[in-house]
Amino acid sequence: MAAADGQMSSSGPGEKAWYEIVLQTLKRNEIRLVPYVPDRVLTRLIKELHADPFFTTFPTAREEEAVGIVSGAWMGGLRGAVLMQTSGFATLANVLASLALPYQIPLIMFVSERGTLGEFNYGQSLVCRTMRPVLDSLAMEHHTATRIDEFEFIVDRSIKQAITTQAPVALILSPLLTGGKVFDK
Amino acid sequence: MQKPANSPARNTKVMNRADLTSRLVARLKNEEAVVGGIGNTNFDLWAAGHRPQNFYMLGSMGLAFPIALGVALAQPNRRVFALEGDGSLLMQLGCLSTIATLKPKNLTMIVMDNGIYQITGAQPTPAAATTDLMAVAIGCGLTNSTWAADEEDFERLIDRSLTSSEPMLIGVRIDDKPGTGATRRDPVQIRERFMLGLGVRESL
Repeated sequence: MAAADGQMSSSGPGEKAWYEIVLQTLKRNEIRLVPYVPDRVLTRLIKELHADPFFTTFPTAREEEAVGIVSGAWMGGLRGAVLMQTSGFATLANVLASLALPYQIPLIMFVSERGTLGEFNYGQSLVCRTMRPVLDSLAMEHHTATRIDEFEFIVDRSIKQAITTQAPVALILSPLLTGGKVFDK
Repeated sequence: MQKPANSPARNTKVMNRADLTSRLVARLKNEEAVVGGIGNTNFDLWAAGHRPQNFYMLGSMGLAFPIALGVALAQPNRRVFALEGDGSLLMQLGCLSTIATLKPKNLTMIVMDNGIYQITGAQPTPAAATTDLMAVAIGCGLTNSTWAADEEDFERLIDRSLTSSEPMLIGVRIDDKPGTGATRRDPVQIRERFMLGLGVRESL
């Protein structure tokens, strides 16, 4: 079925794919700097970001490094967002609690959700369970995007809220939206 | 801090963090940004006299270079300095490759290397007796990485970096003295003043 190949997001004719919505919404909100640690689900988005000269996008060695970069850039007047997968988010508790939150930096994170709805790696399924408790324990805004028809609203409004309230936000990209990564390939 | 005789930086003078930080700040005439890593590194930056373009970290060990990289990307016409400890850099060595790949022409990084976690009780780092951090950086692709031989050499390297067309990394061997100041730990005020100092915000 289409969903198993990650095609769920572009099921309707003429409907924008989830990664096109991310790209356009980042652009509309003047977010130019996009460091990332890759994930298979994010492949197409990363490719499109590299292809568009509007964006400065590059890989970092660790997710917290990317958080440091966009935090510095924000203070210098350049808006950014970080792309990662679930296990990468699990490395961020310290930098969220000691940089993004106390300094009131509007850190925008897109987290491709591994560990659920067809996960084949036990470690990924366990680390996934730490993500929302960490976000909730820090009282951070987060949304799980599951439907393409709601996605642009969630992304656009969340970016605007992060910037105006100077607070981080995590946008979790569910396999229901992206198709996810299925079984051992 | 004493290093073994076979230490890779054995030919460089052991200097003092507060003195070197003051020498750096004294040479900044064009509202250069300075990001101070956690602990003693930013205590001595604070003690050298607050500037509106100073940013003081209060956690997130190892992120002084990434934060400074972000500032450098945002403001390519402003020179950005980052001050980091050797223990902190060991937390985030991967950033050296990121910076080498992006090659920001306006970023100067300084590593204060005493081989110890001074602030936690002066325990040696795992790198203390074996690792040459400038060789690591060169291996990562930061070809403009060098140990400062003494204070005069440090000042010469700082001056050179002010007009450099590629990122520079300066290693300094320092003693085991603690920081000389105490940064006021108000993160929102630190961030807001920094943004004012960089011209991103207008004062009310």
